[in-house]
Amino acid sequence: MTTTTNLAPGQLPNEVEPPSRAQQVLRDIMGGSAVISVLAVVLALVASAILIVLTDEGVQQASGYFFSRPGDTFKAIWDAVAGAYSALFQGSIYNFRVDGFAKGIKPFTETLTFATPLIAAGLGVAVGFRAGLFNIGGRGQMLVAAGAAGYVGFAWPLPFGIHLIVAVVLGMLAGAIWGGIAGLLKARTGAHEVIVTIMLNYVGFYLISFLLHTPGALQAPGSSNPKSPAMLETAIFPKILGPSYNLHLGFVFAIIATVFVWYLINRSSLGFKFRAVGANPNAALVAGISVKNVYLYAMLISGALVGLAGVSQVLGTVTTGFTGGIDAGIGFDAITVALLGRSKPVGVFIAGVLFGALKAGGYSMQAAQGIPIDIVLVVQSLIVLFIAAPPLVRAIFRLPVPGSTSKRAAKLAATKAVAE
Amino acid sequence: MTSTTAAQVPVPSTPRAALETAVVRNWKAPVAFGIFSVLAFLLLIVFGRTGTTTYRLSTESDLIQLPVIPADVQVVSISITVLMVAITAVAFWFTWRARRTPLWLVSIFAVLFVIGFLTWAAAGALIPIPGLLVGAVGLSVPLIFGALGGVISERVGVVNVAIEGQLLAGAFVSAVVASVIKDAFFGPLLGLLAAVVAGVLVAFVLAAFSIKYFVDQVIVGVVLNVLVVGLTSFLFSKVLAPNAALLNSPPRFPRLPIPLLSEIPILGPVLFRQTIIVYIMYVAVAVVWFALFKTRWGLRLRSVGEHPQAADTVGINVNSTRFWNVSLAGAIAGLGGAYFTLGSVGAFNKEMTAGAGFIALAAVIFGRWDPIRATMAALLFGFASNLQGVLSAIGSPVPSEFMLMLPYVVTILAVAGFVGHVRGPAASGKPYIKS
Repeated sequence: MTTTTNLAPGQLPNEVEPPSRAQQVLRDIMGGSAVISVLAVVLALVASAILIVLTDEGVQQASGYFFSRPGDTFKAIWDAVAGAYSALFQGSIYNFRVDGFAKGIKPFTETLTFATPLIAAGLGVAVGFRAGLFNIGGRGQMLVAAGAAGYVGFAWPLPFGIHLIVAVVLGMLAGAIWGGIAGLLKARTGAHEVIVTIMLNYVGFYLISFLLHTPGALQAPGSSNPKSPAMLETAIFPKILGPSYNLHLGFVFAIIATVFVWYLINRSSLGFKFRAVGANPNAALVAGISVKNVYLYAMLISGALVGLAGVSQVLGTVTTGFTGGIDAGIGFDAITVALLGRSKPVGVFIAGVLFGALKAGGYSMQAAQGIPIDIVLVVQSLIVLFIAAPPLVRAIFRLPVPGSTSKRAAKLAATKAVAE
Repeated sequence: MTSTTAAQVPVPSTPRAALETAVVRNWKAPVAFGIFSVLAFLLLIVFGRTGTTTYRLSTESDLIQLPVIPADVQVVSISITVLMVAITAVAFWFTWRARRTPLWLVSIFAVLFVIGFLTWAAAGALIPIPGLLVGAVGLSVPLIFGALGGVISERVGVVNVAIEGQLLAGAFVSAVVASVIKDAFFGPLLGLLAAVVAGVLVAFVLAAFSIKYFVDQVIVGVVLNVLVVGLTSFLFSKVLAPNAALLNSPPRFPRLPIPLLSEIPILGPVLFRQTIIVYIMYVAVAVVWFALFKTRWGLRLRSVGEHPQAADTVGINVNSTRFWNVSLAGAIAGLGGAYFTLGSVGAFNKEMTAGAGFIALAAVIFGRWDPIRATMAALLFGFASNLQGVLSAIGSPVPSEFMLMLPYVVTILAVAGFVGHVRGPAASGKPYIKS
């Protein structure tokens, strides 16, 4: 490829052709973010496989006589890892053990059901990130949104259709207010949004716990458990694929939210202001953007989107009445979703589906192989750690740095410069 | 709420340039006092209760037995409200004279409010003061260790959100090591050492990612917390729970009463009949404060956190200073984690730290990045959560959730600036990229 027989005029004989455009594109893809993301997932799965192997009883027994029959140990290792990850796959994508596509694909619809709140909340956190704000308050925002939407859902008998809309709007409004408090305080007093949102998580949790065992508020009548009554039929999200699948209307809302955030961030003037403030608040201020308003609006929108996750939990997934654990850790998972999706709407959507798959598969791994569901947390956090540090992943896989040219091309450029 | 009056000195006879004195009046303290006084008036007088609240000041094992103090709720309520209003008036007078409200006045005000509230809430019941305070210290110990770790880490310029993870890792490892060793004396000690190592390991990851790879420190911290929760919960379910007798039944530290000191009325049982971890904590608070503000090490540490370029210019290696001090912070937080298993509860359990790391972080900010103040803030949080426990045990009229909420609301108010302007180390959270 580098043999140059026909010399152009003025070209030195020992000079080689610069790398072609296709080669450069390939290098950028190899070193770029998409590949890093994929490799980060691979690394995290490998690390978790090691964890699974180390704690597997079969492997421990076989390794007891490793030197007499090493094959047994390797077989046990293979069994543990293959069993775990095939359970993960069959619990999240496609189940080969049942007949027919309609039944086989059910795990994937479960994945999408798990992904719904993750996408919504992930989009919320991502909007915050784009404006330079870190919203750790997902838990509190989800809880108050779930409380508000749940209250409308069981206490206000409204006609079909209107009921659902009112519940969704009020739930998102509650989330927006809870997020907006942090935005307002940041704008007015400079209070760090990380601290305020963490604190609001606890305030929201205790507020909902209080309401949940106060008769007349959220507690089910005639019950002494801190649990709300079941939602009314008119407020429940319809199942969009028929009654045999759990996938509900919330997923459609998640898609709409993704499109909305894409429009907001990439096409609207407000989104431009968000990005400007996120990139450099001082420059944005000089350019005439009201940074304070951006903080407030970003947290309001962020809170509303996270609130949608809470609404989807309470009106779609757990419709038989909710407790203080309705957020199911999604508020924190959303941060990892947003990071994995690099705060881009489509990226967040894909990341949400991936983490939804991990969750759905995690339960089947727990049921089939006795591997605690907590392994999913390990996988998630490792993925984000690796993604956050591209140099580390590049070092492990010996990938080139994007934007750089290969060593040979660099040498070439140097010799050329010397020659001229 | 800050009104600045630039008053020209009224000396009309001198034509020279008039001296300008800026008179800064900060009305936050008196206004806050006013709000609390109104609150006290509403609670203690308008919704006043009757009866007698009995305070017990001694434990049964004390040498010197103090008498039991009965307090008539109405009398106490009225006198405390009057005193609080009086202090508010004094605070307004101080501020009007452009003087700051002294700290002792704030302390007296706060103590009065707490006594008034306690008497009101526990009307008709008995409150064992030593028990209340012992519980408060117990709940504060991990918070104080965590807060000390947070102070060191943030002072050197690395935001430490991973305190929660460090506490949890410390709790897990210390439980396992102490259980495996089994020895009643060496088990807990080696467990304590293992907790330090675990805290340092978590801190290593935080330091490596934030200092070497310039990853956003808050993100690393949050993710590390998830990672530690995931790892410890996974190992707990998979390994510890099936082998609880072997791996998860650590011997606990015995209480070691210090002779003489432990017989001081009230203070003795609270402070000097504790386990060795608590005594280590006293030493740690003092040492961290002294080292941070009185030694060369502390000066370098703070300079790196405030202005890394300047520190680099005078020859301090910014990144290695940060790396080792973040690790030290992890070690201290790890000790706090050991308290969960070796000091109070015993066996490890999933997510047993239950957000203590985040409260410790709040204590760091509330305590304005000062070890002593952060310790005070942690004690306050510990007191509030223990008060909730005691009051719900004797049946208080305030729902326990609101008592539990209190520390967090107070922190939000503190951070939002009602208590005072809070400013952290200037370079905290920013990676130092040498150019």
